[in-house]
Amino acid sequence: MRLLKLVPENTNIQFLKLRWPFYIVSLLLIAASWGLVMTKGLNYGVDFAGGQEITGTFTQEQEAPIGELRDTLSTLGLGEPVIQRFGDPNQVSIRVRLPESAEGDPAAAERIAEQIISTVTAEHDDFRVDSNNNVSGKVSGEFRDRAVFALLAAMLAIAAYIWIRFEWQFGVGALFALFHDVSLTLGMFALFQLEFSLQIIAAILAIIGYSLNDTIVVYDRIRENLKKYRKMELPQLLDLSVNETLARTVMTSLTLLVALLPLLLFGPASLFGMVAAIVLGIFVGTYSSVYMAAPILIWLGVTSQSFVPEESVADRQERKARGQI
Amino acid sequence: MLDFPLWKRIWLWGITLAVALVSVPSITSLSGVSLPDWAEGPEINLGLDLAGGSHILLEADPSQVASQRLESLEDSVRTSLRDAEPAIRIGDVSTSGGRLSFMLDNPAEIDRAREILTPLINGNGLVREWDMQLVDGNRMILTPTEQGLDQAVDDAMESATDVVRRRIDDLGTREPTIIRQGDDRIVVQVPGLEDPQALKDLLGQTARLEFKLVAANRQAEITEAEARANPLPGTEWVPFAEEEGLPGLGMVVNRLGGIRGDSLTGAQQGFRQEDNLPVVNIQFDAQGGAIFARLSTENTGRRFAIILDDEVISAPSFNEPILSGAAQISGSFTVETANQLAITLRSGALPVDLTIIEERTVGPDLGRDSIVAGAVAMGIGSVLVVLLMVATYGRFGIYSTFALVFNILMVLGIMAIMNTTLTLPGIAGFVLTVGAAVDANVLINERIREERRRGRRVVAAVENGYKEASRAIYDANVTNFIAGVLLFLFGSGPVRGFAVVLIIGLFTSVFTAVVLTRMWVAGWLRDKRPQDINI
Repeated sequence: MRLLKLVPENTNIQFLKLRWPFYIVSLLLIAASWGLVMTKGLNYGVDFAGGQEITGTFTQEQEAPIGELRDTLSTLGLGEPVIQRFGDPNQVSIRVRLPESAEGDPAAAERIAEQIISTVTAEHDDFRVDSNNNVSGKVSGEFRDRAVFALLAAMLAIAAYIWIRFEWQFGVGALFALFHDVSLTLGMFALFQLEFSLQIIAAILAIIGYSLNDTIVVYDRIRENLKKYRKMELPQLLDLSVNETLARTVMTSLTLLVALLPLLLFGPASLFGMVAAIVLGIFVGTYSSVYMAAPILIWLGVTSQSFVPEESVADRQERKARGQI
Repeated sequence: MLDFPLWKRIWLWGITLAVALVSVPSITSLSGVSLPDWAEGPEINLGLDLAGGSHILLEADPSQVASQRLESLEDSVRTSLRDAEPAIRIGDVSTSGGRLSFMLDNPAEIDRAREILTPLINGNGLVREWDMQLVDGNRMILTPTEQGLDQAVDDAMESATDVVRRRIDDLGTREPTIIRQGDDRIVVQVPGLEDPQALKDLLGQTARLEFKLVAANRQAEITEAEARANPLPGTEWVPFAEEEGLPGLGMVVNRLGGIRGDSLTGAQQGFRQEDNLPVVNIQFDAQGGAIFARLSTENTGRRFAIILDDEVISAPSFNEPILSGAAQISGSFTVETANQLAITLRSGALPVDLTIIEERTVGPDLGRDSIVAGAVAMGIGSVLVVLLMVATYGRFGIYSTFALVFNILMVLGIMAIMNTTLTLPGIAGFVLTVGAAVDANVLINERIREERRRGRRVVAAVENGYKEASRAIYDANVTNFIAGVLLFLFGSGPVRGFAVVLIIGLFTSVFTAVVLTRMWVAGWLRDKRPQDINI
C-alpha cells in the first residue's frame, strides 16, 4: 500500500528569508488588534458585562423574526437589547444589560426576564425558552479579573518552564509567540464582534496550549540541530529545523482541523464561538511558531554555545592525554 | 528500549483495560441504554448545560449580620439590666456607628452592670464577641470585635446553607448540590429542574417571621410620612406586604419585646374555620409558647403584627389569651402561597438575606440537543482523523488509532472514577485531547520515517523515533499541564470544566501514545522481524 505523503521528503523552503516582512506585518497586526480592542471593544457576553441573556427557539417558524423582535423589545424601555441569531436560523439570543438599580436585586432581573419572555410569547406562541442566564455586575467583574489573571499566569508560568528547560532566549521567544496569538485572537473577536464569554477564555488557553506545542516541537529540533551542526549559520539552521518538522506540523494541524470542523458545522450552537476561536488559533499558532518564535532567536543571539556543556578539567586532561589538543 | 517483559505487558494491559472498562456505564447511560444491576458502576455526571437544570449563586450581606447582632445585643442588655435585683436603669441608648452605647442613671452601679454584662460580651464561644469601654464614668460602649463578627458571619452562612438545603429537599428534586463558597456565598445546582421559578421563589425568601405588638396608641394603619411626623420612641414603622392591597400603608410596632420565628417547631398549611380561607398553622416551642402566652394575656384586645421579612402580612387582635403555643397566620393567601410559606417557615428562617447574583438555567431540550450535536460532531471528526492517520502511516496509523480509542475510553473511565462532570466546554476539551494524542503519534511516526530515511535499520529507527520524539512530547505536555492547572485554579464555571478534561487527557494521551503504541510496535517487531517497514 502506498502511503499518503502530505509533505514531500526533504523540503528546503527558505522560510526565514521572509522574516522581516512577516515580522513587520505581524507587529502591525498586533498593533491593529489592540487598536481594535481599544476602539471597537469586545462584545462582552453576560459573563463579563453582567445582565440577562435569554436564548430560545421559534419551534414553528423557519427563521427567527429578528428585526421584528428588535422593534418590539426596544419599546420596553430596557435600553437597546442585543438580539442575535444563535445556532439554527430559528434560534435567537436576547441580551439586555440590567439597569444600575437592578444590580444585586434578583427580583428586578427576574422581572425583566419575565417581561421579555411574555412580550415575545404574546406575539409568537411557539417561542420556547431554552436557557436563561443572569449574571450580576459584581460577579461579572470577578469573572473578568480571574480570566485576565489566569491568562497572564499561564503565559508567564509556561515561559518560565521553557526558560528552565531550554535557554532564556527560548522562553522569551515562546512568550512573544503567545502574546502574538492572544493579541490576534482578541483582535479578531473585536473585529467581528463575536460574543466574548468565559468559554472564549477557555478557547484562548487552548490556543496557547496548541501554539506552544508547535513552538516546542520546533524549538526542540533547533536545540538538537544546534548541537549537531556547530558551524551552521543560525538562519540556515532555523530553516532546516522548520523544514524537518514541517511534515509533522502539517499533519497535526490537519488532523486537529478535521476533528474540529465537524464540531463547528454540526456541533451545539453554544460551542460555536469557542470552536471557531480554536480553529483560528490553529492557523495563528502554527504561523507564530515559524515566524515569531524562531526568528526572534536570531536577534536574541542564540548560538550553538548555548547548549554545549562546560568542559570540565578532567575532560580536558583526558583529551590532552589522547593527544587531541 | 523495545523489550517489554511479560510482567510489564500484563501490567500495562491490565491498567488500560481496567480503566477503559470503567467507562462502559457512562457510555451506555449517555446513549440511553440501561445496564443490568450487576454491571452498574461509577458514571460521569452531566453538567447542567448538557442535562438541563439551574445553577444559582447566592450571596449574603455580612453587614446585615452585624446589624442583627447589634439589635439582639441591645435587647439582651435591656432585659438583663431590667431583670437585675434591684433593676439597673439606663438611658440615652444608641446603636449608631455599629456599636451600642448607653448611660447608667446611677454611676455607682457601674461594677454591678459590668458583672451582669460580662457573660453577654464574652459570648459562649472561644472568641470574645464585644469589647467593653467605659467613658465619662457612666457611659458604656460595646463595640463588636473582628473575630466575633467573623465568627457570627461564618455561623450565619453555615446555618443559611442548612436552611437552603432543607428548603430544596422539600421541593423533592433529585440530587441537588448545595455548597458554601468562600466567605459569603452559596452555590445551588439542581439538575433537570422543570420549574426554576419555584426554586428561586423558595430561595429568595428569608422567612424571618416576627410577632410584634402594635404600638399602644397607634392601632390604625398609617403611612410612613404620618409615622415620622409624630415619632414614638422605641417603635418602628413596618409596611404592609404588597399583596395585602394596602399600598403605602404600614403599622407602627414596638421595636423590641416581640417573638421571633426561630422558636417555631412546626408550620402547616390549613384552612380557617370561619371562612375556609387558606392559613398557615404554627406551633411554638415551650419558651416561645410561654412568651406568646404572656404577651396575649397582658395585651388582650390589642393588635399585634405578623411580620414576614420586614413586611406586615396581617395584624389581628389578641381576642383572648392564647396558652396552647399554637397560632394561625392569616393573610391574602392562596393554597399554594400558604403551602410555600409553611415550607419556608418549617425549614427555618435564613439568618441573613441571600440575593441571587448569578443564575443560569438551561432547558432540558437544549441540553439533549447539545449532547446529540456534540456526539455526532465528535463521531464524524474521529472517523476522519482515523482515515487520515491510517492513510498516512499505514500499520503505524492503525496502532495510533487503537491508542486513540483507548485514550478516549480512559478519559471517560477516569472521569467516571473521579466522579467529575462533563460540560459543553468539556466536550471541546475532549476534542483537544484527541488532538494532543494525535500530535504525539504524529511526532513519533514522522521521526521514525526520518530515521529510516537516514538509513537506520528498522529496530533502531523505531527505537530512536520514540526516544527523540518523547522529549518534545513531554515538554509540550508539561507546559499544557501547567496551563491546565492554572485554568483550574483561577478559572470559573465553564473554564474549569474544560480544564479538568484537558488535564486528564494529557496523562492518558501520553500514556496511550507513547507507552501503549510502543508496546504494540515492539510486539510486532519481535514476532515478525520485518526487514522493512512501510511508513
